[in-house]
Amino acid sequence: MSDKSIASTGSHEPEHEYSAGLATIAADAVVDPGMEPHRVRMTDKSKKHEKAAARQVAAFFFASIFGSAFAIYAYFAFPLTEDLGTVRNNTLWLGLGIALGLLGIGIGAVHWAKTLMPDAEVSEERHMARGSEEVRARAIEIVRLADSESGFSRRKLIRRSLYGALALFPLPAIMIFGDLGPNPGDSLRHTMWKKGTRLAKDPSGLPIKASDVTLGSVFHVIPEGLSELEHHKLEEKAKAAVLLVRLDPADLKESDERKDWSYDGIVAYSKICTHVGCPVALYEQHTHHLLCPCHQSTFDVTDECKVVFGPASRPLPQLPITVDAEGYLIAQSDFTEPVGPSFWER
Amino acid sequence: MSNAVSAPKKGGFLAGTANYLDERVGVAGILKEFGRKVFPDHWSFMLGEVALYSFLVLLLSGTFLTFFFQPSMEPVIYEGVYGPLKGAEMSIAYASTLDISFEVRGGLLMRQVHHWSALLFVAAAGLHMLRVFFTGAFRKPREINWLVGVVLFVLGMGGGFTGYSLPDDLLSGNGLRIIDGMIKGVPVVGAYISSLLFGGEFPGEAIVARLYGLHILLIPALILIFIVIHLFMVVIHKHTHYSGPGRKDSNVVGYPLMPVYVAKAGGFFFIVFGVIALIAATFTINPVWNYGGYDPSPVSAGTQPDWYIGWADGALRLAPSHLEVTAGGVTWSWNILLPIIVLVIFLALVALYPFIEAWVTGDKREHHVLDRPRNAPTRTAIGAAGVTFYAVLWAGAATDLIATNFKLSLNQVLTSMQILLILGPIFAYIVTKRTCLSLQRKDREIVLHGRETGRIVRLPHGEYVEIHEPLDEFEQWKLVDFVDYAPTLARPNSKGKITVAARMRSALSRFYFEDRIAPVTQGELDAAHHDHAAVESAPKKAVTSKKATPKKK
Repeated sequence: MSDKSIASTGSHEPEHEYSAGLATIAADAVVDPGMEPHRVRMTDKSKKHEKAAARQVAAFFFASIFGSAFAIYAYFAFPLTEDLGTVRNNTLWLGLGIALGLLGIGIGAVHWAKTLMPDAEVSEERHMARGSEEVRARAIEIVRLADSESGFSRRKLIRRSLYGALALFPLPAIMIFGDLGPNPGDSLRHTMWKKGTRLAKDPSGLPIKASDVTLGSVFHVIPEGLSELEHHKLEEKAKAAVLLVRLDPADLKESDERKDWSYDGIVAYSKICTHVGCPVALYEQHTHHLLCPCHQSTFDVTDECKVVFGPASRPLPQLPITVDAEGYLIAQSDFTEPVGPSFWER
Repeated sequence: MSNAVSAPKKGGFLAGTANYLDERVGVAGILKEFGRKVFPDHWSFMLGEVALYSFLVLLLSGTFLTFFFQPSMEPVIYEGVYGPLKGAEMSIAYASTLDISFEVRGGLLMRQVHHWSALLFVAAAGLHMLRVFFTGAFRKPREINWLVGVVLFVLGMGGGFTGYSLPDDLLSGNGLRIIDGMIKGVPVVGAYISSLLFGGEFPGEAIVARLYGLHILLIPALILIFIVIHLFMVVIHKHTHYSGPGRKDSNVVGYPLMPVYVAKAGGFFFIVFGVIALIAATFTINPVWNYGGYDPSPVSAGTQPDWYIGWADGALRLAPSHLEVTAGGVTWSWNILLPIIVLVIFLALVALYPFIEAWVTGDKREHHVLDRPRNAPTRTAIGAAGVTFYAVLWAGAATDLIATNFKLSLNQVLTSMQILLILGPIFAYIVTKRTCLSLQRKDREIVLHGRETGRIVRLPHGEYVEIHEPLDEFEQWKLVDFVDYAPTLARPNSKGKITVAARMRSALSRFYFEDRIAPVTQGELDAAHHDHAAVESAPKKAVTSKKATPKKK
């Protein structure tokens, strides 16, 4: 099969001629010399090499047998206990056994094919994807026949009403997904914070006294009572998480309407990034910047958490705070704007 | 058919079985048709195989995991063996992931097999796409199969992401948070779609079970269907082969399916599986126990998605600040929409490329002989530009790690990436195109004047020349066998008008083929040999005499 004649004669039946487009074909293009003569391998020439190759293939298969048997042994020999180190041993030895069991088969089979099976390449004709003229004529005939027998083109009423039916039938299938979730309503505009809610430490839930917040310190804050919620604890936390920082009041640039939102240099900002909602959890003390570890949006705490860098656009919403009679930090109200990522009707 | 394999009485078990099957399902006909089907052999053809086999490994390991994993977000108190999390409140999904890791023998191994093979699946599929692109294997008649491949690549990313989110750990939860944020940024319907997807407010208690359904049923089924279509078309078209002597558009040269290809490809499945098992046994991946269960408040620095989502995450990071526009009471989150649009356009261009190139060349012939990348300089340069674009987006997902590891300013790293995203592809395009053209010139040189041997010979009149050894006809064929296109002028149509499309096609054809190197013709070859015969007749003899004792010089 590998001789030149077959390789160079090409197709026997005259097939369709296609346009070559912009291709330029030189009249005196170099002619394909046909397939290269086959080079004989050592395993074809010498019995000794052939036998060696056969032994190697069998050795790989034996290695596989050993690997699989070892994997079964390892399953029992390395049980899992309370000691977490056993997980490593179980994974390692079981895995190595299985890997050897698989690799032995794979490498053996490939080695077999490469050394002992014929390595002379053979040539086979291709046929164009396009059917021959006869086939195409017959196909067209079948379509026409089907059309005339069914009257598909002739009967306009049937055809058009069918189109209408087909266009509409998937709609109920889309509608029934309506109950996947409720309408968002105004849920994105409100959080658990309300007038008088104490600021509590995350995750312990213990309320924070203004006097506990030393200059430069940072608190991860949740509304008091969040930990006791029976339902929707994470949903509330995903909106209500706050970061509390105490700065030197002289460093704070506050607009007039926010003058009384802070308490003695203590400011509280939403921890949920206004980009796509990751927690803005990294505080850089000497620059007073908050950094979101997901996409590196950076907010300036001294300047009402305006965006100084990164893909976010809006400042982090500020939670107006004050202290109650016992000295605990409390919210003056909910956030005055929706927290977290932007949405259309925000 | 019955007399073709008339049951031999003494044929033994195998022949009996074969006869049984043939009389019921016609197995002889199938074997006759496919048993000696020819498959060309090349290492780069194995990339697609790696993808296929890692998908099979995904199915096997994934099935094992479904027996233990519980896709519920109901909170529980963890009471398993992993000490640091004892007593912590977490979702059942996360707790069952910990149990698979610590209390099921081979459970962690299978989790790691599953995760590693997912990473490998997308990587192999991506490399396979690059192979197909750079060798022009997407040309007629394979354009539709290219589209199927693009769909498979996207499904692979989808399968990966949905699986990544299932353990409900801190890292994957933040990934979902980002998806939620991106969905909310979609104009008009964003908040509604988010609410539908999460069953209310983020994170809700529904998303893991929903992603589970997608991950173990819908996406694998779709991938399987598309793989079947993909392979079915490979059978219809027969595999492409690289340019070489005797390899034409009208034939296929390689090894027969039985026995060589069965042994090689079958063996290769075991090798791929074995390597995955070896990696899974020795390298930890996604140690979810270190992250803790999902909680919307904490996050760890240096958060990274799985590699194949990196380019999408990078696109989000590289968006410039302050793109959001509020107008008429509604918010356009261009900082989210712009990256999404960029990603979609990129994928669309990838999907449509075969049709664009076919339109420019106007070549309607079938192509089964692959191009060497250098012989299609513009395509190769476009590919390099695309790879660079993708790579910069991908590196963009690691701006923070690049900054901390190399002690650079985060701001400067990000700004450099933004500049690189624009300039990098242009630079890559120019360098690649020039390199391809130079390589083509080099090929011409070698064909016309032979290979440099490094042997210097002094001629009788004192001149020194280097001996060039002529190529044999087989080597030579590899260097001259390629399709050459010439740019075209915009021509008026039948109404005498030059349409916009004609102008565009003409401009694109100039862009593609203005700089081109034509393959050496027989005429040029003869002329060159004639010159050599005149000038180098003496040294040529020296070549033949020295051939027996090759010297290194």
